[in-house]
Amino acid sequence: MDYVVEILLLMLGAVLVENYIFAKFLGICPFLGVSEKPDTALGMGFAVVFVMTLSSAATWAVYYLILVPFGLEYLETIAFILIIASLVQLIEMFLRKFVPALYGALGIYLPLITTNCAVLGSALLNIQNGYNFIESLAYGFSSAVGFTLAIVIFAGVRVRISFAEPPKSFRGTPIALIAAGLIAMAFSGFSGMSF
Amino acid sequence: MENIQNILYAAMWFAILGGAMGILLAVAAKVFYVKSDERVEEISELLPGANCGGCGYAGCAALAEAIANGEAKTSACVAGDEELAAKIAAIMGVAAEKPVRMRAQVMCSGTSEFAKKKYQYEGATDCYAASKLGGGDKLCPNGCIGLGTCVQACVFDAINVVNGVAVVDYEKCQACGKCVTACPKHIIKLIPYDSTHWVGCMSVDKGAVTRKYCDVGCISCRLCEKSCKHGAVHVNDFVASIDYEKCVECGECVEKCPRKIIWSDKSQRVSITINPEHIGEI
Repeated sequence: MDYVVEILLLMLGAVLVENYIFAKFLGICPFLGVSEKPDTALGMGFAVVFVMTLSSAATWAVYYLILVPFGLEYLETIAFILIIASLVQLIEMFLRKFVPALYGALGIYLPLITTNCAVLGSALLNIQNGYNFIESLAYGFSSAVGFTLAIVIFAGVRVRISFAEPPKSFRGTPIALIAAGLIAMAFSGFSGMSF
Repeated sequence: MENIQNILYAAMWFAILGGAMGILLAVAAKVFYVKSDERVEEISELLPGANCGGCGYAGCAALAEAIANGEAKTSACVAGDEELAAKIAAIMGVAAEKPVRMRAQVMCSGTSEFAKKKYQYEGATDCYAASKLGGGDKLCPNGCIGLGTCVQACVFDAINVVNGVAVVDYEKCQACGKCVTACPKHIIKLIPYDSTHWVGCMSVDKGAVTRKYCDVGCISCRLCEKSCKHGAVHVNDFVASIDYEKCVECGECVEKCPRKIIWSDKSQRVSITINPEHIGEI
């Protein structure tokens, strides 16, 4: 029972306190790139959840079953990039064949996150934090949920900004970055929570 | 010596890992192979690629697939010309169909000089936002709000707001219909590209009421209906409209309209909005 609570706290912490975008600043590029509309932001978010959960499992297995026994831990980054890139390709082919509806929804986002730093980041942090397999899965999944939460909130804010007509020099990316900074400040309130 | 051994060791393992992944993907590509229609590829290369959505599909790629599957007509692309339809028809091996080119037309003449306002709007630059505040700042409930929601919606950069009324640049307009759905007042219509006459008003109020809020609103006097020898102009719901199936572009109604809101566009195809009759008054 204690273990379940521990996992749930880990997940809550990953979503809010250690939010990938607002606290760790990982995955900023899709955060700014695909956040113009809430629909596409949500699609991107789901794709990240999907890939990050699976890649957490795959990279954990590769690290402890291949890299550690052969003393190659120092090459984890390059190994993980290789694993994640192949995994995303494999998932794409699999979905296209067996779940065309999901492929249609995620299709264009999947290749985009092959080299996403958030996905690689979660794989590396799993190892750094010494998580076991279950914890790695939980951490990968919930930090992706945190990413989705952040990008969808930000997309909502950007829709409002697009109607507001800021001064000319602030239009577009500058005002988006300012808004992102303000949301990050709001999220930093969670860092006071300790479990 | 040990260093070199370590490097070789790591290189060997990564060669194995990379090779294994490569083989796995190669096998997966065979196992999960989905037969794709090469016509889809060819058609999507021909399509404009603007993803305007005017055809009713999610984008050019989706339309290409629909055409290849026989779900959509070869002339379904609204942005394409006859040549494109003919090329696609050739790929599909069917007889070419002639597409009817359409264009968007904003059915409002109430520029800021003529349409009276009920309040000063200082909110978000969006027609939806303004229309929530008592239907917009113009007294006319069917007038162009002029905040450019259609301008935002247009992917071909074909709409501009001039003097408080949106104006479509016909040359650029591809009749995708995005502005038609974007307009909260529903006053943008698609009409045949070659038609040079239209009624620039959608006010459905009685003449006396229309007179109060706009100097150029249709007062449903029916002079146009009576003047038309071809039965193409009709006044329904206190506003005139042209039936483009019957209209022969004679211009009779333009002469008769006392409010000068039946527009004739034979001379000035690109820059419209200002009725020559009104130029002196502005």
